[in-house]
Amino acid sequence: MTFIKAGLVAVSLLSLAACENGGIFGGGSGGGTGAGGSGQTPGAIEESSLEYFATQIGDRVLFAVNEATLSDSSKAILDGQVAWLNQYPARAITVEGHADEQGTREYNLALSARRAAAVQNYMVSQGLLSSRISVIPYGKERPLEICSTEVCWSKNRRAVTVVAGGLGSV
Amino acid sequence: MGHKMIKKLIKAAAILMLLAGPQGGMAQDRPVLEIDVGGPVIDPIPVAVPRFIAENGGADRLAIDIAAVVMADLVSTGLFREIPGSAHISGTSNFNAAPQFADWRVVNAQALVTGAVSTSSDGRLVVKFRLFDVFAQQTIGDGVQYTGSAEGWRRMAHKVADTIYSRITGETGYFDSRIVFISETGPKNNRLKRLAMMDYDGANLRYLTDDSAIVLAPRFSPNTRDVIYTSYASGLPQVYLMNLETGRQSPLIDDALNMATAPRFSPDGTKVVLSIIEGTNTDIYLIDLNTRSRTRLTTNGGIDTTPSFSPDGTQIVFSSDRAGRPQLYIMPATGGDPVRISNGNGSYNTPVWSPRGDMIAFTKIKSGRFHIGVMRVDGTRENLLTASFIDEAPTWSPNGRVLMFFRETAGANGAPQIYSVDLTGRNLRRIDTPGFASDPNWSGVLR
Repeated sequence: MTFIKAGLVAVSLLSLAACENGGIFGGGSGGGTGAGGSGQTPGAIEESSLEYFATQIGDRVLFAVNEATLSDSSKAILDGQVAWLNQYPARAITVEGHADEQGTREYNLALSARRAAAVQNYMVSQGLLSSRISVIPYGKERPLEICSTEVCWSKNRRAVTVVAGGLGSV
Repeated sequence: MGHKMIKKLIKAAAILMLLAGPQGGMAQDRPVLEIDVGGPVIDPIPVAVPRFIAENGGADRLAIDIAAVVMADLVSTGLFREIPGSAHISGTSNFNAAPQFADWRVVNAQALVTGAVSTSSDGRLVVKFRLFDVFAQQTIGDGVQYTGSAEGWRRMAHKVADTIYSRITGETGYFDSRIVFISETGPKNNRLKRLAMMDYDGANLRYLTDDSAIVLAPRFSPNTRDVIYTSYASGLPQVYLMNLETGRQSPLIDDALNMATAPRFSPDGTKVVLSIIEGTNTDIYLIDLNTRSRTRLTTNGGIDTTPSFSPDGTQIVFSSDRAGRPQLYIMPATGGDPVRISNGNGSYNTPVWSPRGDMIAFTKIKSGRFHIGVMRVDGTRENLLTASFIDEAPTWSPNGRVLMFFRETAGANGAPQIYSVDLTGRNLRRIDTPGFASDPNWSGVLR
């Protein structure tokens, strides 16, 4: 966790620099014109971006079969999400709950709601305003991986934090 | 007396099929069921339905089609076997003349159905039929005549078949009925779903919604005029009521933030029982359709869902994971202490009370396999009728003799189709639909 926070600080300095240079057209680091901007490593992802949220912090946590309990590593990811959201207080999020296909549709819908609510409750316990969080349970309606083995199922038992206006999982 | 002989045969067949099924509390210890799709235990009754007589030129096509639907209905039960037209020695040319029983006996037809069809220029259709016991050389019941519009010819054929089925088995028929279900297209990770309705045999398919929102688990009202279902039209899973005549849809609960699923009508059609999701909890509520007031029926912290009324409206069976994995519970329809009825290994889901009131059908998941099963209302005599990767969401035929459900295949190309199976676990059949299909709900017999 301390490691993640240290990483956050370092990258946020970079992105501040990028913002200053980029003006209203800036901020995008992957423009492909090769101009990295002063102080920004070429290819670096701006910290305020949804891409950063999804790839550097992690936009999802995974669950054991039929469980909605958050593991320590899941809590660490959510801590990172909360820290990011504290930095960008205008952002709202939707937590999308999902289940694998090893259950009936209606039970899994409720199970995925339980997972999404577990994420919501944890974030609120860490100080995030509940008004910034909405929840959608998808049950087994929107699998990410489509094989019928644990390799895929483990990735489908997920709660994905989608930042408003961002790259949704659905 | 001849029809009594046929009745006896059918009853013997039914009893033998029951005996062949697994018994009582042993069910959960048995290995996974292998369903014999091949054939029933006892030879079905051989029946001949020669093409009906067209009483005017315009009725030629319908005379053939109606006889074919009657035969398809009877054969689909697994209780009848077709004596094909190619084997017939004599046809029928005069509806009022006695059949050449000797000709039908030679081809081993035990039951014979003769009929006549006439149409009129204003689109009216008249169908009449007679049912004979070939060996006893007499009719079973009186001749019957149905009148209706020509577009409704399939329903008239189903009514003929219902009457035949009823006269021979002593049970009410179920052919003149409909299925509301979810039609599915597209890849597994981006499935598009539409609410759809069809005749029980897959004919006359009609889409009720477009595919812009996920829809789930539609249920007919007792009079088949309305459908209640879950839709993500607002972005959240919410319950909607649709009138089938007008096509109008409206949210059941006027609360933009509520999340509700698994709705089902009460037997008198005045209430809906459903699940409301609040935070980590899912509980069962009763909604009065006149006042839209809601009564909370369960307060447990677990997931309480898929409630289903007993046919007399006094009790509700539902699934709950309050004790760990989902199990089945029965409570008074007014709420109150539930009694757990399922006791086997694995989880028990989607209970549905039989129209006869004595059994509960359910989805059981055990050791990674899904089963459609039935048990008595007190939880005894559990019997698993099917087994596959995913067999889910049973619904009863109007007479409680057949179950439909959906079966989903495994893997990246896995997809659902609707199947039917006898209460005995025999006669597994796939219902022919143009695309993938799931979440069937069987109406009562139409009026």
